Amino acid sequence: MTEHPTTAEQIDLDRLRSGDKAAFAQVVELYADRLYNLALKVSGDPFEAEDILQEAFISAYKNISRFEGRSNVGTWLYRITYNTALMRQRKKQPDTVSIDEPVQIDSGDMLPRQFFDWCCIPEKDLLTGEAIEYMGEAIQLLPESLKPVFILRDIEGLSTAEVGDTLDISTAAVKSRLHRARLFLRERLSEYFAERAAA
Amino acid sequence: MDKHTHHHEGGSSCHELLEGLSLYLDGDAEESLCREIEYHMKDCENCRVVVNTLAKTVELYHEHGKTQMPQEAKQRLFIALDLGDYMSSSE
Ligand SMILES: [Zn+2]
Repeated sequence: MTEHPTTAEQIDLDRLRSGDKAAFAQVVELYADRLYNLALKVSGDPFEAEDILQEAFISAYKNISRFEGRSNVGTWLYRITYNTALMRQRKKQPDTVSIDEPVQIDSGDMLPRQFFDWCCIPEKDLLTGEAIEYMGEAIQLLPESLKPVFILRDIEGLSTAEVGDTLDISTAAVKSRLHRARLFLRERLSEYFAERAAA
Repeated sequence: MDKHTHHHEGGSSCHELLEGLSLYLDGDAEESLCREIEYHMKDCENCRVVVNTLAKTVELYHEHGKTQMPQEAKQRLFIALDLGDYMSSSE
């Protein structure tokens, strides 16, 4: 039985780079949940998320000697996982919009329309199982260019710089896309909670 | 939030402040912007709602937006990666 690390600092990068299986197993154990969360939300499909993760980790293991340690292991793996998810998606739907393309939403679309104030409803009333499910569906409605930014920054809690590094976009782009994603989701949740309150 | 560029006395419009709201919530806004937003919110119910529900949206996703990988899926992953020997049995 291996000792499983609880933090990224405990991973032995030299052993990892030399292809040591035990060190790699520690990395898989440490990051599987986080990467699964990204893969699931990008793809919207648990089976696809599993396949993405397998493919991403295989690719990470193959390229492990090229891991420079410039970024941390986490952002490196997020990047591989996200790119794997995109490649698989493009194979299935070749006309998918990429993260590099300009954000298609103009500021007019971002103007708030819902002013139902649900912020102070106690969480036990607010967060039914159905509401949590709806939160997941709302993420699937996000434009492709905004989705990974929101997942990595607000759900996974990466820093703005780490998100930029992972997705190869500037920190200014991270901030503006994050803001658009938040406004978009606020609108969806407000619609949902307003409708529920009216029912 | 008023779609028409509605200015409150001496203040900024809802539209003008919208862009800076995430910076404000993340504590990344300049002090002058913070003051402007706070001054505006005193008189603008819609912007208060937007700021509060925007903050709550971020909080809900941060606290409840993560999906754990099912244990069986994790086992399949370890086996597919030929790491079956290293699988954690403690969880
Ligand atoms: Zn206003």
